[in-house]
Amino acid sequence: MLSEYLRLATRSLTRRKLRSWLTMIGIFIGIAAVVSLISLGQGMQNAITEQFFQLGADKITVATKGVETGPPGSNNDVLLQESDLDVVRRANGITVATGRLVEPIRAEFNDKERFTYVATLPDDMDERTMVKEVANVMDEDIVQGRMLKAGDTWKMIVSEDYVNDPKFDGKNLVVGNKVRVNGQPVEVVGIFAKTGNPFVDMSFVMNEEPVRNLLDIPVKQGLILAQVEQGADMSRIVEIVEKDLRKHRNVDKGEEDFEVQTGEELLDTFRTVLGVVTAVLVGIAAISLLVGGIGIMNTMYTAVLERRKEIGILKAIGARNEDVLLLFLIESGLLGMLGGAIGILLGIAFSKLVEVSATASLGTTLIQAHFPWYLILGSLVFSFTVGALAGTYPAWQASKLQPVEALRQ
Amino acid sequence: MKKAKTIIKLKDVWKTYTMGENQVHALRGLDLEVQEGEFLSIMGPSGSGKSTAMNMIGCLDIPSKGQVYLEGTNIADLSESDLAQIRGQKIGFIFQKFNLINTLTAKENIMLPMIFQGYTEQERHDQAEKLLKLVDLGERMDHRPNELSGGQQQRVAIARALAVDPSVILADEPTGNLDSKTGGSVMDFLKKLHKEKGTTIVMVSHDQHVAKHADRMEFLRDGQIVKKIK
Repeated sequence: MLSEYLRLATRSLTRRKLRSWLTMIGIFIGIAAVVSLISLGQGMQNAITEQFFQLGADKITVATKGVETGPPGSNNDVLLQESDLDVVRRANGITVATGRLVEPIRAEFNDKERFTYVATLPDDMDERTMVKEVANVMDEDIVQGRMLKAGDTWKMIVSEDYVNDPKFDGKNLVVGNKVRVNGQPVEVVGIFAKTGNPFVDMSFVMNEEPVRNLLDIPVKQGLILAQVEQGADMSRIVEIVEKDLRKHRNVDKGEEDFEVQTGEELLDTFRTVLGVVTAVLVGIAAISLLVGGIGIMNTMYTAVLERRKEIGILKAIGARNEDVLLLFLIESGLLGMLGGAIGILLGIAFSKLVEVSATASLGTTLIQAHFPWYLILGSLVFSFTVGALAGTYPAWQASKLQPVEALRQ
Repeated sequence: MKKAKTIIKLKDVWKTYTMGENQVHALRGLDLEVQEGEFLSIMGPSGSGKSTAMNMIGCLDIPSKGQVYLEGTNIADLSESDLAQIRGQKIGFIFQKFNLINTLTAKENIMLPMIFQGYTEQERHDQAEKLLKLVDLGERMDHRPNELSGGQQQRVAIARALAVDPSVILADEPTGNLDSKTGGSVMDFLKKLHKEKGTTIVMVSHDQHVAKHADRMEFLRDGQIVKKIK
């Protein structure tokens, strides 16, 4: 019975091919937008979560408060200094603490000038290991040459980006090349595998000492990174560090010019921002779905007017009101669902395109489209519902037609 | 000879339409009985209330006053859905303009009323094929109405009317849209159906030559039966 209705509905949709297509466009633009936005948002959230898991739940960061325009720690309005790092080091529950500089520099190679960043590794072995872990540049990540050793002076390692995507007028960096960093020749001793974090991948990684000398920044600290004792209560340690730093920097509670965050908090901040952005975009997409729904309603309403006679015939040969209602509902639901299915395919294609072009042009693996099954299924059910709901009123009108009235045409 | 069963009975049926400020009486106390197995034709000039009478007999419309009984049941007591169900079961319609569904093939058109009566797929196929052969369209099963001639379309419509084995066939000017030769063959077919299968037929026509094919004729004028012929 239902399959018969489905066939009847399909017949009348294919009879009005052009109009069916036009109606579906409204739906599939909306669904395509929702699918691609959610899948990209979800993918980005996954990527960020992964990045922060590297930071680890047992670490805290201290950074100056303010608007960051570059990588974390590059804010120059308020400075963290060597003495602040010492305060963190001495704080209760902190085992290792280190400072990380991320500074803008001018690089020259192959007669080509570029502005990029230099990131530092500390000399102390424990601190060095922690930074390498967090940045995801471990010894086994070196694909060519060697790891930067403590004590290396005018030497650096760079990511594969400088090999795969030549940034100096089409010329690769290879082990042994010398790049002038703010005028000082620095030798590339190793290439590390891409980390996926765009800031790390674009930075020259050097030892702290030579960078301080080169840029003449004896005491400034960028981002302070600290390891918390195993099993310690994170929030309590954060409080202790905050208290010590307030005292040292002589600021009142609530007026801190610095911020102590756990990896989890940083992650939450990113998630919230991303969530809001996604919600706004999905909201816009939802409006387009609404418009699509109205399109279906309009089409179905016209169909009812046009097909009064057909409805009259159906009723004369024994179709009950509910049969006519069901028939029209299936027809409009089908329009919605078909539109939804096309929309899902378009959305997936679009997300993949964004993913591929982002990877190719920005060199970041941060944008990975992700298609959870509930997104696909949900979109299908939703578009069917939009279609059916939009068809309800016209279908109800169709079912109410008196057979005599309908036949008199 | 056993007493014939009454299939449809109209008792003092009035139908009044309001047109602007005027009340137009399409039917003024129509009394009519249709017996099982008879071939009745209702004749009348245009404006005599033929079509309204037809709609009443076919339970497509509800009288303003008076009662319509379908196999003894007053249709006023039925819900709209029940009425549709019973109409689909007991009455087969043949219209002047054929009224086939254009998107469906001949066979599918015939199967349509059976869907609403809950026939199984197999029953629908078998019955539709049987009926198409009966109306000599066995070769045209998968043709759409617009690929068939007028006479062929009307034969499909007749087959559709017979699909659920109704108690009565109602034909509204069945030859009105056909040339006289094709119209004649459609009439021959209806007569054959009546003679060989004993199908009850009620036909409305303004054409005396067509109406004469019936066993019994009623003459309608100004919404009333006026006299009997034959």
